[in-house]
Amino acid sequence: MQEENEHEPQLVSVTRIKCSEKTLRPTIPCILHFTEVTSVTGLEFLSQPGQEKTIRACYSLAWIIERCLPLKPDTGMEADVHNNSVPLENGNLAPVDRLRRDRSDSPTPGLVEGTEPGAGQDSAMFVHAQSFEDLTADGEQEQEEEVQVPEGGDRSERGPEVEKPRTEGEENEKMQGQPGEEEQEQEEVQSGGGRAKEEDVNSEAWRRHRKHVFVLSEAGKPIYSRYGTEEALSSTMGVMMALVSFVEAGKNVIRSIHAEGYKVVFLRKSPLVLVGVSRTRQSERELTRELLYIYYQIISLLTLTQLNHVFQIKQNYDLRRLLAGSEHLTDNLLRLLDCDPGLFLSAVTCVPLPSSLRDVVSSSLQAAKAKNLVFSILLAGSRLVTLVRKKDQYLHHMDLHLLYNLVGSSSSFREGEGWTPICLPKFNTAGFFHAHISYLEPASDLCLILISTDREDFFTLSDCKRRFLERLRRRSTYQALQEALLAPSYPVSQVGIPELRHFVYKSKSSGLYTSPEIPIPYQSEEEQERLMGLYQYLHSRMHHPTRPLRFIYHCAERENLLSWVTSGFELYLCFSPLGTKALAISAINKLLKWIRKEEDRLFILSPQTY
Amino acid sequence: MALRELKVCLLGDTGVGKSSIVWRFVEDSFDPNINPTIGASFMTKTVQYQNELHKFLIWDTAGQERFRALAPMYYRGSAAAIIVYDITKEDSFQTLKNWVKELRQHGPPNIVVAIAGNKCDLSDAREVSEKDAKDYADSIHAIFVETSAKNAININEVFIEISQRIPVSEPGGGAGARASNSADSPPRAAAPAADDPPPKP
Repeated sequence: MQEENEHEPQLVSVTRIKCSEKTLRPTIPCILHFTEVTSVTGLEFLSQPGQEKTIRACYSLAWIIERCLPLKPDTGMEADVHNNSVPLENGNLAPVDRLRRDRSDSPTPGLVEGTEPGAGQDSAMFVHAQSFEDLTADGEQEQEEEVQVPEGGDRSERGPEVEKPRTEGEENEKMQGQPGEEEQEQEEVQSGGGRAKEEDVNSEAWRRHRKHVFVLSEAGKPIYSRYGTEEALSSTMGVMMALVSFVEAGKNVIRSIHAEGYKVVFLRKSPLVLVGVSRTRQSERELTRELLYIYYQIISLLTLTQLNHVFQIKQNYDLRRLLAGSEHLTDNLLRLLDCDPGLFLSAVTCVPLPSSLRDVVSSSLQAAKAKNLVFSILLAGSRLVTLVRKKDQYLHHMDLHLLYNLVGSSSSFREGEGWTPICLPKFNTAGFFHAHISYLEPASDLCLILISTDREDFFTLSDCKRRFLERLRRRSTYQALQEALLAPSYPVSQVGIPELRHFVYKSKSSGLYTSPEIPIPYQSEEEQERLMGLYQYLHSRMHHPTRPLRFIYHCAERENLLSWVTSGFELYLCFSPLGTKALAISAINKLLKWIRKEEDRLFILSPQTY
Repeated sequence: MALRELKVCLLGDTGVGKSSIVWRFVEDSFDPNINPTIGASFMTKTVQYQNELHKFLIWDTAGQERFRALAPMYYRGSAAAIIVYDITKEDSFQTLKNWVKELRQHGPPNIVVAIAGNKCDLSDAREVSEKDAKDYADSIHAIFVETSAKNAININEVFIEISQRIPVSEPGGGAGARASNSADSPPRAAAPAADDPPPKP
């Protein structure tokens, strides 16, 4: 029953669960991950069939799986249970620092943090918080250098359509890795597109969504579901909560369930419970990070203080009352998580602008200050034009992404001037800032966000905006800015590497990344998500909590990818399938040189403070 | 030409069409797929009325419960409040009554109250009868109109009527020093009405 795996010190148990045919249909094999070594009790209850507890746990599991996953009975799924190659990242919550290596160990001393292309000259704009809970922290965990050609192993998920019974032998083969299968999984991608609230939660279509997200309260009350109405799912959510509390009763924490190519990931953030059900190739850790984003999205509307308060007063409070009208924010955030590399890279991208122009904009923003103003942010679409902050106050990229999402998913800021309380959870979960949000012109993409600590500051900030605009116009910068925004990105052909289709380059010290526009083969929504999925996959391999990699060359069916992490930057390249490894490696240098040459256009090198 | 600044705020349940009313008034446009307002939105519009220029400073507030606590910030400084309900939703009319009570208790004493029954283009789905609403409005001496932001019915009218009821502020003096400047208008919401229990539950 119990399996030791020397690579995985945190993994206490991989337990096989088999439910009795009598009580359940179908037979559900699962792998449970437990965090704590104290989980001996947990192990016992799972490994001693016949106990009442076991049956109840299994029943709950089966319930979730049966309702969420398109399983069919009698498919002999049992064979897939034990699979060493399940990506075993356990979402290690221990501080990543202990895994860090001395930076001086970097084999490329010229590329250490702070000297890489795109590194800011002064202090960075963003917090490099690696708080205890911050799963997005890029711990520099390069422990081993490894080149993989082609990328193999670690594929445990198989598409739900693969249903033929397997023997143990076949399974072992599978462990060796079948990269082709990854593509298969992606092909049946279907985009959710829009809020399909009326969806029948018992329908096949509902089950086949790639990623479900559920938020519930500790009383098991539904708060949010990505697809389908919360009411229709209340019994499912009740079971999820039962499962969470059942494992907790054994002084343990349920983190995930892996079954049939699905991952069910649990994030417990009292007073909320978040559950993700995914059949993407994302690792458990990535999924947890996405759930964390959803959690912070909720906090940003309410503050943690208010959230706790509400549930202290009434444990079975229906939080949807307080969150009413914010569903589209969460929906949009989930879409962003699928297609915006900034969210998994923990970085922000900016509009390419001549540095002289950006400097004028920054200094105009800097001049339009007010006593309680903390951040002034100018966005063009989802890209940063510039950000000016109060001295010693840093914005966390996650908070900025939440602001992007707030502005980008709501048309209500298009007219007039918005004034809204917002909590920046990475700054402070206890209090509200007050944000003045307005577009510089109704038809323009330029959106100004001014963040103050005072809720009575609206007219002060409105005046700041007026002064900023006046200054821009006086220096005729406004026109120049508008013109520059006609081309908000650049084609990859500018780099001059014919086989290169797309890339993402992140400068670690500045927390900024740059990426060309999405090229033709990836322009459809599904293809773009597929490309981002590949990057995300590489990212999770490189930042694996226990087996991080530095360099990956990945041959997929329709493209070749290369990724490289140094202490200064992260680089993800996508080549045409005809490209070779040698060619890819030679392209790195050329690209880095190009980025260095263009860095003052692509990045914000000299961030301003008031 | 004389310029009067008129501070108006819109209150009411979520989804009743506050923003749509404001958009219709300010931009003369209508978007059926408008997102819920987040926080509040500030807009201005200057219109000429007879030989005066009226500059409306409009606070369009969000109707969701989580923004409820912020409402005083907006109505405190307002000379008039338009409380909107949806004629196809009985609940939104109940919410309106709570807003009236709150304004009476915490709002500025002379605030002009207008009640707008929006979505009157959807009279097939009507849940609140015009007469009931009118009677209620009369009982609290509020302006009453049924509006449709979609079909631009009574939108400008409600703003004009408000501007007539708002007392002309005296130079240097606070807004609404006089009880009323038009002879025909009865005392407004500030005056306690007999039919409502004063304390809020």
